[in-house]
Order: sequence, then structure tokens, then C-alpha cells
Amino acid sequence: MRDAFSSRRITISAIFIIVGLIYIIRLAHLQIIDDSYTRLANKNALRHVTQYPSRGLIYDRNGKLLVYNEAVYDLMVIPRQVKEIDTAEFCSLLKITKEDFIKKMDKAKKYSTYVASTFEKQISKEDFAPLQEKLYKFEGFYAQSRTLRYYPDSVACHILGYIGEVNEKTIEENPYYKKGDYIGMSGLEKSYEEILRGQKGSKITLVDVHNREKGSFQDGMFDTLAVAGQNLYSTIDIELQKYAEKIMANKRGCIVAIEPSTGEVLCFVSAPYYNPNLLVGRIRGENYKKLSQDISKPLFNRALMAEYPPGSIFKIAQALIALDMGVINPNSGFVCDKSLVGCHNHPSASNVRDAIKMSCNPYFYRVFQRVVQKTNPNTGKIDSKYGLSEWGDAAKRMGFGTRLDIDLPSARKGYIPDTSFYNKWYPSGWNFYTIYSNSIGQGEVGVIPLQMANFAALVANRGWYIPPHIVRNFGNEEGKFRYKKYSEKHYSMIPSSYWDIAVEGMWGVVHEAGGTARRAKIDDIAICGKTGTAENIGDDHSVFICFAPKNNPQIAVAVYIENAQGGGGTWAAPIASLIVEKHIRGDVERKEMEQYYIDTNPCQPLPLKKKIKVKKR
Amino acid sequence: MDRSNKSLIRNLDWNVIIIYLLLVLFGWINIYAAVYEGSDSYILDFSSRYGKQLIWIGASLLIALFVLILDPKFFSQTSFIIYGIFILMLIAVLAVGSETKGAKSWFGIGDFGIQPSEFAKGATALALAKIFSSLSADFNKWKTRLSAIAIILIPMLLILLQNDTGSALVFCSFVFVLYREGMSSYILIIGFACIVLFILALLVNQYLLIGIYFILIFSVYFILRKKIRKLNIWLFILSFVGASAFTLAVDFVFENVLEQHQKDRIEVLLGKKEDFKGVGYNVNQSKIAIGSGGVVGKGFLNGTQTKFNFVPEQDTDFIFCTIGEEWGFIGSSITIVLFILLCTKLIKMAERQRSKFARVYGYSVASIIFFHFFINIGMTIGLLPVIGIPLPFISYGGSSLWAFTFLLFIFIKQDALRQELI
Repeated sequence: MRDAFSSRRITISAIFIIVGLIYIIRLAHLQIIDDSYTRLANKNALRHVTQYPSRGLIYDRNGKLLVYNEAVYDLMVIPRQVKEIDTAEFCSLLKITKEDFIKKMDKAKKYSTYVASTFEKQISKEDFAPLQEKLYKFEGFYAQSRTLRYYPDSVACHILGYIGEVNEKTIEENPYYKKGDYIGMSGLEKSYEEILRGQKGSKITLVDVHNREKGSFQDGMFDTLAVAGQNLYSTIDIELQKYAEKIMANKRGCIVAIEPSTGEVLCFVSAPYYNPNLLVGRIRGENYKKLSQDISKPLFNRALMAEYPPGSIFKIAQALIALDMGVINPNSGFVCDKSLVGCHNHPSASNVRDAIKMSCNPYFYRVFQRVVQKTNPNTGKIDSKYGLSEWGDAAKRMGFGTRLDIDLPSARKGYIPDTSFYNKWYPSGWNFYTIYSNSIGQGEVGVIPLQMANFAALVANRGWYIPPHIVRNFGNEEGKFRYKKYSEKHYSMIPSSYWDIAVEGMWGVVHEAGGTARRAKIDDIAICGKTGTAENIGDDHSVFICFAPKNNPQIAVAVYIENAQGGGGTWAAPIASLIVEKHIRGDVERKEMEQYYIDTNPCQPLPLKKKIKVKKR
Repeated sequence: MDRSNKSLIRNLDWNVIIIYLLLVLFGWINIYAAVYEGSDSYILDFSSRYGKQLIWIGASLLIALFVLILDPKFFSQTSFIIYGIFILMLIAVLAVGSETKGAKSWFGIGDFGIQPSEFAKGATALALAKIFSSLSADFNKWKTRLSAIAIILIPMLLILLQNDTGSALVFCSFVFVLYREGMSSYILIIGFACIVLFILALLVNQYLLIGIYFILIFSVYFILRKKIRKLNIWLFILSFVGASAFTLAVDFVFENVLEQHQKDRIEVLLGKKEDFKGVGYNVNQSKIAIGSGGVVGKGFLNGTQTKFNFVPEQDTDFIFCTIGEEWGFIGSSITIVLFILLCTKLIKMAERQRSKFARVYGYSVASIIFFHFFINIGMTIGLLPVIGIPLPFISYGGSSLWAFTFLLFIFIKQDALRQELI
């Protein structure tokens, strides 16, 4: 259909065509004539490099370094940028075979051809130096610096824990972590992960066609700086820790020492232990496998996770609960009647103090009987339920059967049996005579060594404790922080006059005739302690808790030796006294005794296939 | 029925349909390349952008088929209703729409969003065609002029209110349609002059510029006066006053009406600001990507600049970068040729219509597609300021692809039945 304006179609089409031509000319200029854009693009290859912050350091209570970082390098590859390279030279620099090279390259390609993946992990500084000089020859490869943990004294593995690569699950749950990042897996590394790790940064660098870095992209507009992790200032005394590990080198068991006035853990040994440097870097995988297959379980933290029967050390708690409940008084006496429960030869105790000193089993049988067998207010009959729950509550106020708020992961609660447990265990009914072995710390009671040390601190303080902790404060040059919960006292609600009786009894244990731990005596230092010999499958465990000095105590110790041939007085007590002396005097004067306990291994060898017996419920 | 179907297929303009299919396919290939990150990408991964685009493309083909089957009178008879519906939707989106990139132009339904402004262009084209097709329509009459301008301005202003300047600007494309239907050529010339004056006003000191205009205009007057006897001096005085006022106004408009990011984009384009980090970043990266493509390009999936989010919006507004980088001068000029072929072909088709409705509509389709092409590619090659509108048929996005498919195929159908429609 023609009309007056139909010729205007030519104008319009002409405009369209002219614009098209202008654009094509412009493109010819951009793409063919002007090669500056090609040069810019070559200069423009971007490399996203993660900036890993240095992880916080860990110090001991006197400022000595427990953990430090050492730089290593990860060799990264972006497969599609890899051009023709001298594979032979590359392999010899990296100390790998050609087959390795092909395998690693395939793996990287499979992950992504565009995104960088790790070609070789954790190359040490020494190995990296010759490679670095020639790295420019190998297009598509670049190095990323990482840090690994090292332990100058090779001690305190169970406290410090270890770091490892994050697993898929953590990456999914926490977007901060990316594949290949490290995370604290156990110990302080785990519980203080967010404080230690700092904040990752990222940097975009420009790389030219010759694989050389040409400075940061856009003057670093898109870069974020890495923020270094904060340091931990721990309460551990490295000298005492080393000493305790030396004693435990050939034994199985634990030593935990606490400063009673602060709740600060002075040393913390679970034996057997391992050298923490074994779980670092490229040797980690193989060593971890070996350690986890070892039947003596060196990776298992006994001090936090082994719920042992406490044995006779529990009698102190029994006496205090009974005194507080008013079912006995300080001068109550019970005949040592071996027909009730076995005992060693000693005169009958005529008061609480002597009963503790001589550790009389029938005495505490009677005490526990009075605690448990209370009259039911409704029926007027004797019913063990009422006493047992009151007893359980009091025990929990002493830190038993409850999780102590220590700053280490996976501490267990221990176990204080209650009525519902016995109802389930003995469906046809139960009474005091079914559960009496708890009176002497056997039976169903389970206590972790940390709780034993905490209890020793509780007695030392005459009735209160501050939750044991490993880190006093954390931070950097700008300031230090500490958790408030580690200056709050927990009270047992039992009058201090009763605690004085327990302290006197414990003093007698070490210093008086008839005491069960005379070997723990040190001249000039008043040690108060209590032995225990915990029956179990295999030889008895040897147990000792103590604190010293009697007035203004500086240290509370728990020593637990598994399957030691002899009672608490034979092994655990003298070892504890060595720890006390080392801490208070700074050095041990009883060299002969020291050497004997370092050299001798009282622990019954483990049967090859049977696991160590940890009480399970 | 069978016979009429056969004749429909025979009468369809297959050249246009083939260009459409080529552009859509080429678009998808480049979206795949822009999104592509690793070797284990899976084409039918519908959570990825290229997977989703595949769904949009499939739906578009159904839309095309649907439009071809539908009675062509449907659109001409209901054009005002369709227009009304979209005007209402543009108002509604202002009230309840969701915001992306600063523009409130989306209706979100779960994961899916629809952008009414994309469809409003076609609706406006229908309404405009309807106005001109009425027997009394005459562009010499003010009634026709005002109603045509109102039809265009209402959706344009509503879209401006959504803060979607790019889509609003597309309504300027109707100037070509009005021109074809009898608008004075002077408007086109004055419009072009305004653009030149605007750019000059930004580049040169305004008072110096007014002086130059004075000398220029009146020397032309004195030269011409000797040759032409009855030369009206008032025309020259008026144009001088107009140019001077415009020059002074530009400064005011630039400082007070435009927003900061718009000012920046214009200043960067004119080279007044060298800013490779902020506003200039997109354009600079885009030019590097295209420029590094060379004659034959780096090859499919081998682009380095359009990976790693170097160029932002690389699969939507800046998709032409991927084309330029991976397919080089050859690929990108073929794309341009295809667009120009399509647009001129549409003009040719519009002229052969017997119905005025179909002609006006055809011109609208050609103008809208051309305008999108003009702005989008001009921006990526650094000839125009950054204005975010998609490249028809090629950019990622369901709304845009569907809207252009509707737009184009309504006209293809009209064209196929041009013998029957008067």
C-alpha cells in the first residue's frame, strides 16, 4: 500500500544500515586494527588468591611458646592455562615422577579446568626455594603460602589438639570454610577455632602471558586483607608438663594438676600420648592411621573421656555428704567389720578424720547406708530412693556426674547413678544392699581424671572450685580477653568446718602412722592426699588425689595409673608427690625416687586384641 | 482448514523466521559460554542459567506456534484491551513489584519473575497501530497526533517511575513509526541536532559555544542572503536563541535532573572522566574482551575475559562481549548483519501490507528491535553510555525472549495473511 510518505522507508532503512556500518567499522577498529586490547587482555588474566591469615600462637603460663607457625607452600594449578611446559624439569623440581604428574593433572582437570586446584600440598620452604625461581616458566602454576603448626617441645598433644582439612559437612554448614582450608579438629585448636583462625582475605592479582604477577587488580579494590588469629595465653606450665610426660612415658593413665585458687590447669597428661609434630604436614595421614590403630589408644584423651571408678578417693565425698546431711557427726565411729565389705588390717576408726586416714571400707559402708536409707515420709518405711537422690545432688555440686566447663572439647560427664537408673537396671527392685559398693567408689560411679583433680582443688579451697580451664586469656597486642565463667566460684554448700575435717584426714594419710600414702611425704611441704585402689577387670587401678601445701594450697593433683600392680599408695601417691615437689620447689631433690618412678612401668601389659576397659553404660 | 494451513506455511516469511532461530541459537551458545566454569557442566542442568534459557527457548517456540495458529484479527480487535491490561500491570508493579538492580519492574512468583515493561512495548505497538488504522486517522490532525503521543508517553512515564530508564528510552523508537506516518522531517532533524548540541554543551564551555553558534549561524545567513533573495532573518534568530537556550539548559538538566550514575556514564563515554574502576569499569572490560577477540575469536569456551565475572552482566546486557571475544570480528559482524537484515526486511514487509494496522505494527516491531540493538551493542563497544537493556533474542532472560517472540510473530502472522487482511 503506497501513500505520500512511503518513500520515507528509504530514510529509515538507511539509518538502520548506517548504524550497522558504523558498528562494524568500530568492531574492525577494536578487534583488528588496534591490538592494544589484546595486550590488555593478556595482561588481564586474573588470579584469585586466598590470603590465609597466620593462626594464633599458644603460649604457656610463663610466656614460653607451645605452638608456632611455619610457612609452607601449596602449588596451585589452573589446568586450562597450562601451556607447553618442560615436564621433565618440572617433575625433577617437584621431586615427582611423570606418572604422578599425569595423575595429578587429570585430577585437577576433573575438578575444573578454569578454577584453581591444589597440585601439590605443603611444600616445605627448603623444597620450594628452587621451584620458586623457575615458576615463571610453568604457565598455569602458582604458589599459595599456607602455615602449618609446629610444637617446639613436642608435648601436650591432648591439650593442644591438631588441625586438619575441613570435611564436606563442615563446608556445607559453615560458608566461611572452603575446600582445602584447615580447621581445629581437637583440643584447644578446636575449642578456640574462631579465635585462633583469624579472618581469611582474598587478593586478585593480574598475571601476564608470561605467568608473572603484575601487581594487584584495580589497585586492590576487590581485595580483602587477612586478619591474623589471636594468641592464646594458656595456664599450662610447660616445665611441669614435660616433667609429668616424662614420668608417664612408659605408663598408662593420667596426671592432671590444677592451681586451686584459680582453677588454672598446670599440667594435663593422658598416657600414652604422641608427639604432636607427627600430625603435621604431609606425614600426617600415615601417622594418624598408625596412631588410631594402636591398641593402647594414644589418640584417646583419658583425662577427659575415660570414666574410671574413683576408688577410695570417693570416701572423702561420702564423709562430707553424710556430715552435711547430719546422718553422722565428726566423732561418729564404726567398727571395721570385714563381714560387710573387705578391708585391710587397721584399728577401727573412732571418728571421720581417722576413717579417711585409714580408708576403712566397713566404716564408709555404714556411712553410705545412713545416707541412703532414709525414711519415706509417706509410708514411714525405709526407702533408699530418697537418700540416693539427695546424695546424687550433693555429689553433683562437687563436680561429679556433671560436665565440668573446661575449654577443651569432648569432656565427659562421668556418672552418678540415680533412682531411675537402678529402676531400669534392677526391674524387680533394689535397695541399699544392691548398690553399697558405691560407698567406697566402686560400683556404678564413674569419674574422669579431670573431675578427680577438680575435687582435690575443691577440698584445698575448703568447699568451692573455679571450673578448670587451660586458657587464661586470649587476644593480641591490642588487648586481651578472658571468659567470665573462669573467675566464678562454684560452691558445694557444705560448711567449711566439715571440709577442715577432710583436710585433716588427708594430712594424716600422708603424715601419720596408719596413713595409706606415707611414700608421698615430702620434708617441709605439707601434702594432704587420699589414695584409691580401683578394682576392675585386670589389675587394680592405682589412684591418688592430693593438694599442697595444706595452708594456702598452690597445687591440686590427681594421678591415675591404669592396671598398676599395687595400690594407690604404691604408685599414684609417690608420682603425685613428685609433681607437687616439682611445682613448688621448681626442682625435685629426691633424685633416686624420681629415677625409679620414671624407669619403672607398673602397668600390666595390654592383651593384644582386647581393648582397654573403659566403663560403659 | 487443511488447505488454509498449507497456504499459511507457504506464505510465512521463512527468511525472518530463520534469522530469528539463528539469533536465538547463537544467543544460547554464548550464554552457555558466559556461564561455563568447568569441564563437568551438563547442558540439561536446569538449575544453571543456560539450562533455564533452554526452557525459555522451548516456551518461546510454543508461543510462536500459538501466535501463528491464533486468528490474526484477535490482536487487532483486542489491541486497546491488551494495552489497557499492560498499563494496569505497569501501575501494579509500582505498588507490589520487586526490585532488582535498583529498578522496581518485576512481578515475582516464587523463583520466577516477569517483567511487564518488556511486554508493554508490544502492547503499545498494537495500540498505536489501532489508532492509525481507524479511517479518520490523519497525522495532520491534532487529534491523531495527541492520541498517538499519549499512547506512547503513558507507558514510557510509568516505566520511568519504575526507575528503569533503559526500557523507557526504548519508547523513543516509535519516532521512526510516527515519521513514517507523516511526522514532520524537521522533528527528526531537530532531534538529531539536539543530540549534537547536547554532546557539544557537555564538552565545550557553554558561553564559548554560544559565541560559536552566533558566528556560525549568522555567517551562514550572510552567505546565503546573497544567493537567496527572500531569506527570513527570524528563522536564523530563532535557531540561534533556541540553540543558546538549549546549551544553557543542558547544564541545568545535567546537574539537576540526571542522577549521578547517569552523569558518570555520559562523562566517561565522552572521555571527560577516566575511571577504570567505577563506572568506566564495565565499558573498559567490555572493550578489552571484544578487542582481544581479534579476527576469528578465541574460540568457543576459550574466552578469558568473560570468565570469572570480569565483565559484569556477561550473559544479559553484556552478552555481546562473549560473542566478540570468542567469535571475533567475523562472529560479531555477522551478528550485526543479521540484525540489520532483520530490521530492513521487516520494514520491507511492513510496506507490502495492505492494512494500515499491519504496516504501523510492522514498523513498530522493526523500530523496537533496532533500538534495542542500537543501544545494547553501542554500549558494549563504547559508543553509547551504559544503558541496561537486553540484546533481543540473544540476552539471557525469559521475559525479554518471550516478549520479542510475541512481538515478532504477531507481525509474521499478519504478513502471511496480508492478502486477506485489509
